[in-house]
Amino acid sequence: MNIRAQVKKVSWIIEPGFFSNSSVTTALVIGGVVAISSAVTGLFTVLGRQAFAGEALGDVGAVGGSGAYLVNINPLWGFLTVAIGSAGIIGALGSRRSSDRDVSTGIVLSGALGVAALFLYLDATHAHVSGTSMTVLFGSLFVISNTLVWVVIGFSAAVLVLMMLFFQMLLLVSLNIELAQVRGIPVRLLSVGYLVAVGVCVALSALSVGAVLSTALLIGPPASALRISKSPRGAAFLSACIGVFSVWLGILLSYDSASWPPLGHGWPVSSLIVAIIFVVYLATGLGQRRRNIRYNSARIGVLSESVR
Amino acid sequence: MPSNQTRSAPLLEVCDVSVRLSGRDLLKEISFNLNPGEFAGLIGSNGAGKTTIFRVVLGFLQPTSGEVRVNGERRSRRNALIGYVPQKIAFDPDLPLRARDVVGLGIEGAHVGFARLQKRERANIVDAMLEAVEAQHFADTRIGRLSGGEQQRILIAHALAANPKILILDEPFANLDIASEQGVIEVLHRIVKDQRIGVLLSTHDMNPLLSVMDRVVYLAGGRSASGSVEEIVRPEVLTRLYGHHVDVVRIHDRVIVVAGANPGAATPVPLHEHSGTGEKSVLDH
Repeated sequence: MNIRAQVKKVSWIIEPGFFSNSSVTTALVIGGVVAISSAVTGLFTVLGRQAFAGEALGDVGAVGGSGAYLVNINPLWGFLTVAIGSAGIIGALGSRRSSDRDVSTGIVLSGALGVAALFLYLDATHAHVSGTSMTVLFGSLFVISNTLVWVVIGFSAAVLVLMMLFFQMLLLVSLNIELAQVRGIPVRLLSVGYLVAVGVCVALSALSVGAVLSTALLIGPPASALRISKSPRGAAFLSACIGVFSVWLGILLSYDSASWPPLGHGWPVSSLIVAIIFVVYLATGLGQRRRNIRYNSARIGVLSESVR
Repeated sequence: MPSNQTRSAPLLEVCDVSVRLSGRDLLKEISFNLNPGEFAGLIGSNGAGKTTIFRVVLGFLQPTSGEVRVNGERRSRRNALIGYVPQKIAFDPDLPLRARDVVGLGIEGAHVGFARLQKRERANIVDAMLEAVEAQHFADTRIGRLSGGEQQRILIAHALAANPKILILDEPFANLDIASEQGVIEVLHRIVKDQRIGVLLSTHDMNPLLSVMDRVVYLAGGRSASGSVEEIVRPEVLTRLYGHHVDVVRIHDRVIVVAGANPGAATPVPLHEHSGTGEKSVLDH
């Protein structure tokens, strides 16, 4: 009796069939793995104030995703090729002033989106693939083919291991470039390599939440984690947790939402994931504000003491 | 003269270094030594070439002629023997790095891979460094939230964590109030004596350093004179360096260098406003 009541309660949150549905388990695995690598990698994008470059890499990936349909290959390869290629280009523009870099990134970005628009049009008119615009721009977490699972896991694991290996170096570069150079760290090479890793991450997330929303997974969890963690390692761990939490909750809600009013046929998973990331960001902002107030009042206390 | 006692093994030898960039002579035959346990001040006004010398010593700039030897060997691009504290860094207050973490990055910041040291071992080094710069009481505060003087001390600890023989500081007193400045000087002085490392510090005002400085490297018009304060901060020497008449005034244990009355300069003007144009260079004594 008791157990039955509990089962009933759980099934109110987790709809029956959630774990036995193969597209759901694929989504959980891919979404989780990609969330971890993006969240850890994105830490240095946030610290380096490079959110715009990350956003650009994701959006430019749309060219690859839409182009892939024209030549009839899996969009993942399109996303990867274009994102890694443009990461290299942005990195090569490199040492210029960041304001210049923002402008050139912006121009390349709008150009690329123009090409993506053309490709999406051609997809619809010539390749006769329906729904490519939605898939490329906003993802298709529930319809990822099983053959890709291992590819995605492989790339994610590679990125994650690289991030862990170069964690200290990247941290020192984020702290101060001059301090890093004095230690003999090849700053230029490291940042190009880092951008390529970001390219891989946004390409992998583009597959799940879409090219336009892939930045959310890259920037959102680390930005939230940085607001409340005390140490860099703690921030990386928390960021990964926030990423996985957001994606899994998004998948769960999306599965549940099949019975929600007013649509009656399921809410898009990408929108839900991004909404959760946004809510977490707002919530951690509140935590940060409380701590700031504590910090400031401690400072004022010290001041008044020394006056006395 | 301090260099006589330890002449056998100077830590740093700068020999006749000249730097010429796009037709301008930035440095002309600069020479000086730095010995273990020596506190040296690189004194010169803005644009005298202090940062250029550092760039050469750190290996970021190839001198047009002359050479730099570190511990008796020609320096290579990367040198673990030199610790460096750059000029004024603006840290992001939201960077989740405590003062302690910044010191920790000094130990393994340049290493690829997972932590090599045991956690305990690492923490011991960090604590020792924090103690050396008297920073234990703000060790757990985020680096961006420390005052300028506190940040300066943490950066010194960061540089010391890699166990260098030479510590170079570029204008460490810029933007520091007098009390913090004095605190940083005392910390450095003790480290030099305790650990027998050599400190080379650039500043435009030598007065705060007079009581601790073993050697002054005076820079003017791209040339240098090096020796003890008594040897160098004298009218004859500085007049030769600047290429025009200079007076050295001593008041209340302070030294003020002023341009003397000579044609073209009717009233004494602080020398920071001048640059020398003479041809005779004063080399290391």
